[in-house]
Amino acid sequence: MSANKEPEKTKARPSLAKMLGGSAFQSLLVPILAVFTGLVIGGIVIAVTDKGVAAAFGNFSADPGGVFKAAWSAVATAYGALFYGSLGSPREIIEGIRIYQSTGDNAAFLKAIYPFTESLVTATPYIFAGLAVAIGFRCGLFNIGAEGQFFIGALGAAYVGYSIEGLPWFIHLPLAILGGGVAGAIWGAIPGYLKAKFGAHEVVNTIMMNWIAFRLSDWLLTGPMMSSGFRPVTPNIQKAAELPRFFSEPLRFNWGFVLALVMAYLVYWFLFKTTLGFEIRSVGANPDGSKYAGMSVVRNFVLVMVLSGGLAGLAGAAQVLGVDHWVGQGFSAGYGFDAIALALLGKSHPLGVVLAAIVFGILRSGATRMQSMAGIPIDIISIIQGLVVIFVAAPIIIRWLFRIPGETSDQTVLTRGWGK
Amino acid sequence: MAEKTYIHGTSPRQRMTVGAILIVFGVLMLLLFTPGTEAGQTAKFGMNLTSSAAIKIPDIILPVQTSLYVLSFIVVFLGAFQMARGIRSPGALFGIVAFAFVAAFLIWATKGKSLSLIGMLTSSLVRATPIALAALCGVISERAAVVNIGIEGIMLISAQASVVAATLSGSMALGLFVGVLAGALVAAFHAFLVIRFKVDQIVSGVAINIFATGATSFLSSKYLQHQGSLLNNSGTFPIIQIPLLSKIPVLGPIFFENNLVVYLMMLIVIVMHIVLFYTPWGLRTRAVGEHPKAADTLGINVFFVRYVNVIVGGMIAGLGGVYFTLGSVGRFDEVMTAGKGFIGLAAMIFGNWNPIGAFTSSLIFGFADSLQVKMQILSVPIPSSILAMAPYIVTMIVLTGVVGRAIPPAADGVAYEKQ
Repeated sequence: MSANKEPEKTKARPSLAKMLGGSAFQSLLVPILAVFTGLVIGGIVIAVTDKGVAAAFGNFSADPGGVFKAAWSAVATAYGALFYGSLGSPREIIEGIRIYQSTGDNAAFLKAIYPFTESLVTATPYIFAGLAVAIGFRCGLFNIGAEGQFFIGALGAAYVGYSIEGLPWFIHLPLAILGGGVAGAIWGAIPGYLKAKFGAHEVVNTIMMNWIAFRLSDWLLTGPMMSSGFRPVTPNIQKAAELPRFFSEPLRFNWGFVLALVMAYLVYWFLFKTTLGFEIRSVGANPDGSKYAGMSVVRNFVLVMVLSGGLAGLAGAAQVLGVDHWVGQGFSAGYGFDAIALALLGKSHPLGVVLAAIVFGILRSGATRMQSMAGIPIDIISIIQGLVVIFVAAPIIIRWLFRIPGETSDQTVLTRGWGK
Repeated sequence: MAEKTYIHGTSPRQRMTVGAILIVFGVLMLLLFTPGTEAGQTAKFGMNLTSSAAIKIPDIILPVQTSLYVLSFIVVFLGAFQMARGIRSPGALFGIVAFAFVAAFLIWATKGKSLSLIGMLTSSLVRATPIALAALCGVISERAAVVNIGIEGIMLISAQASVVAATLSGSMALGLFVGVLAGALVAAFHAFLVIRFKVDQIVSGVAINIFATGATSFLSSKYLQHQGSLLNNSGTFPIIQIPLLSKIPVLGPIFFENNLVVYLMMLIVIVMHIVLFYTPWGLRTRAVGEHPKAADTLGINVFFVRYVNVIVGGMIAGLGGVYFTLGSVGRFDEVMTAGKGFIGLAAMIFGNWNPIGAFTSSLIFGFADSLQVKMQILSVPIPSSILAMAPYIVTMIVLTGVVGRAIPPAADGVAYEKQ
């Protein structure tokens, strides 16, 4: 990733991190601490904006400890709701298993694991979208348009899903998934081609493609693709196009998650075990060098944007076919930026992206409960997310905060200006 | 080696292709717009605003068919001229053709009806204001080689900060000050990350956007929505009519009957143009943006120049944020900037990293925006959302460099390492 890093890494400086277990730990350390620090600062925000804390603060001179007590209880309530809402309670899960074993009734068990499955449901499109941005980063391309590709992919999958009738599921479902992937790929291919052919910067073009996607979807959802009702949404997809769910009704956990994991493995295999993947990574690391080595930079740019758009399209497809079964306005809101955060947090490695997506899935899904139970607006997650991105992009802040010795110039170079 | 080199777009083959495309385009314009028009039909364009102080002038009434024929003929003629002789400036050619097309479109859309042209142009400038301020922020930062993609986030934070400050204090001036200050602070943070820590500039900007969206929405749903009248109800800047100048027909209502933010925006355009191209500071800024090492060698403090420019840019973007609340609706709504910061970046590139260029392209975006609204009123048989795509598509075409290439500062987006 960083092309021009000096080969001076042999300076043996024994650090705590190294002693604890080599490079795998080292590379996980910053992301983990970034998420941790993000949560701590999020906690501070929760405490500062809490009514009880403000009241206790008014009484500061009489009872200075009360402020901390109030702050602690505010944060504990909020994060308690967050993790209860996203992971469930272990006690209830064990209780559920016990009931199932003794009576064969799985209702309690399903109820207990519902929060965690919801987190995985939220994580599913994140995995695809994070992979989309990550594969772009690997080639030195910044796909900021995952949001538009996601939307178009969702619309493509929905169209294939509702317009064809009478197909068996083993034809219809793959076709609908493919529809989403292809639609997203086309949306990604356009900026890729413009970048390769004219050198037009992909950041601006993918942003423009986002807005074109929103306007196009406005038109499609109020016109050609509108369902028979009054709301601007597509019709429901056919039963045969739905991604099958593992459990009965309230649990939305479906095969999309498995598909996402398989796709993550495929991306890993493609990037690290194939010649094309090697070319992509080498173009990302050093486009000029790769050119002199006989690789086609232009072809790789287009290829990567097609793959990236396709993955973002699959994210949309997985969300429609597995969870919602229809598409409405604002369907893609936030996925593009979330995907960038995920790719950064996962260090553009498929495994890292999967882990990051699950973490974000847990946060996002738990935040809904935190909002209803503790009255903390769901947007706190975006605050934490923004902080995490800053910390991951500037590991020096984390190193300074936690006194971790290491290279001071350890920066990820991801993009190169507008023109080149 | 021996091949003759041409100015971009002037080789004989390209000349013929462009000319042929123009002729086809002109004929298409005729075929597209004339069906459905009747002989003797007219289109009326209002040139006066009822509320304005300007001297009244007669409205323009155009015969639809004749005007369409004339406009199409102009385009075909330009095409033929291009084929025969070649036109030196592709930008001017593109401009005239685009103008002819828009005029034909407007005449076609207004056939048998009337449209307040002046109202549309006035609202174009108003709608262009936040875009222009975002673009100007981009220009001043990127001329010093710092990409700031977090403009959208800066504007959101400033919009919220200014409306809360103005509502609490009851002073619009304080609101303006706080908004601009908030912009400066966020930009300073960005500058600190990318200059001091050499964080990837685009990543830092993206992080600012995510953070700003989250923080403003969080505060909005936690406080503003419950105590709207106490915190989120500032009123707006009054319209100021500039004496004498506002009496000029056409120009008066468009340029000289606006609120403070719009005037400040126009002022910044002029000042930034002068500073960038006629002062030592501008020369230093441009040197730092083009070749920081050379600038450093000559004793210019590269980091200082970058810090100052990014922070000033943040103040300008902060003013853009103030526009959304104090300058427009007097209230903060979640995610109310709606992508204007990003469109500003496009306008900056479209305007070739030039203050005046950025302003002009912002006007085009603003015009497209208000055109879309008017078209809904005129009930044109084209879906307005399709029409709304036009500016984005135009930006993408411009980025391809077919219509004159946009050239960024050479060191744009690259962190400087002092040797």
